[in-house]
Amino acid sequence: MRYGMVIDTKKCVGCSDCVVACQIENNVPIGYCRDWIQETVTGAYPTLALEFRSERCNHCDNAPCVRCCPTGASHKLENGIVMVTKDECIGCGACIQSCPYDARYQHPDGYVDKCTFCSHRVQEGLQTACASVCPTKCIYFGDLEDPKSEVSQLLKTRTYKSLAPEAGTKPQIFYLI
Amino acid sequence: MQEELFSSGRNIPNIDPTLEVWHWPISVDLFFGGLAAGLLFFAALFYLMNKEDKYPSIVKIAPIVAPIGITIALICLFYDLTHKLYFWRLYLTFRIESPMSFGSWVLLLITPISFLWVFSYIEDIFPKLKLKNNFLIAIKNFGATYRKAMAIMLIPLSISLGIYTGILLSAFNARPLWNTTILGPLFLSSGLTCAAAVILFFGRKNKEERNLFSKITLATLLIQLFLMAHMILGDFAGTEAQFQAIQLLVGGEFTTAFVGFVIILGLIVPTLLEILELRGVKIPILLPVLLVLIGGIVFRFVMVEAGQLAHYLY
Repeated sequence: MRYGMVIDTKKCVGCSDCVVACQIENNVPIGYCRDWIQETVTGAYPTLALEFRSERCNHCDNAPCVRCCPTGASHKLENGIVMVTKDECIGCGACIQSCPYDARYQHPDGYVDKCTFCSHRVQEGLQTACASVCPTKCIYFGDLEDPKSEVSQLLKTRTYKSLAPEAGTKPQIFYLI
Repeated sequence: MQEELFSSGRNIPNIDPTLEVWHWPISVDLFFGGLAAGLLFFAALFYLMNKEDKYPSIVKIAPIVAPIGITIALICLFYDLTHKLYFWRLYLTFRIESPMSFGSWVLLLITPISFLWVFSYIEDIFPKLKLKNNFLIAIKNFGATYRKAMAIMLIPLSISLGIYTGILLSAFNARPLWNTTILGPLFLSSGLTCAAAVILFFGRKNKEERNLFSKITLATLLIQLFLMAHMILGDFAGTEAQFQAIQLLVGGEFTTAFVGFVIILGLIVPTLLEILELRGVKIPILLPVLLVLIGGIVFRFVMVEAGQLAHYLY
């Protein structure tokens, strides 16, 4: 089992519903967010292209945040989800420095926080909050090791990219392009 | 092709628009950590070479700065933690892949040794002081008995601490300015230079010590200049991310601090002053000492601040 996410940039309209759903579901403090929308405009006028990406922790297979954590607070579950145990986190900020995606932040209570792929929901067989509310259904969540899963099928049939693959982190979020 | 990026729905404190997770305490920590490492290295080395009496400033006097420096470094480290009450978690595990874990264990070992080392020479440092408390005398005698063992331990520990101050940063491949293996030796050489400058100050009245440490300061300055040039050239010849990162220091917003205070005032001018001193020109000793120390601390500030601005391009 290796959870991952596939996001269809052709369907995402950048509405930020995923951002708000995550904030509510995970009680994210005001002013902070675990996921966000990135807009990329490429080309020169009048031939411009616009891409929306819903971004979050990439739950990297080779997670630098897990490696550099001095206490083991940042760790990887057997299902591939990267988690932070807040009572083990000392707030040193090393994991934040190590993340090429700037996907972590210091919670106002001091510990480091980030996307958990809604681990508490996934354990109950539910979708992540962001995927469940997406009005264009552009966020797919599932087991990348199951060849029959929707995410695996999409990666078989569509062209995709991941973010900063040159960082060597093996991100587990894939963007259909 | 032109490309523009917008981030919406995100304005996280200390993360956006640029990373500012590590602040001045980390720079101060790296400076004092490196300085203490250098002082303890020279003290242990000259003790093991049986030069304790020939060079008292190196072995006995100057190391007093080491425990003070380490204490300041530890206070800064603790101050910069945002989940402070859990700091003890550091010492429930040892994680070989985490430079911070490695560094915290090194600090745990080197701190008491540095205090004991200095305390064993307390009556040499303060000649008017005569210990009366039996407990304190026992500690002093204990330190004096085990000086050789302490010196043997201090050599690898001080080198580890000095290198750690650089590796702490260089281990993050997400930050292109830091992600170069030269940073470990560079920070170690900078720590040794700062320590040599402090020893030069303490030993200024002893002709032999002053002459020896003018030579050692000159050597460490030249090594540091060599490594600094390698870092700059390596980044200029590196990937686009590294190229953009080094431009922050050379041509970008940190140019005055880096080129002016670190390279010119902190390295080149003291190098020239030491050469003049060794050729017999009278140089006010405080001048090269202060320039080296100011250059050393500005270097840490520049690296910590600029390193957080540099990032991967996607």
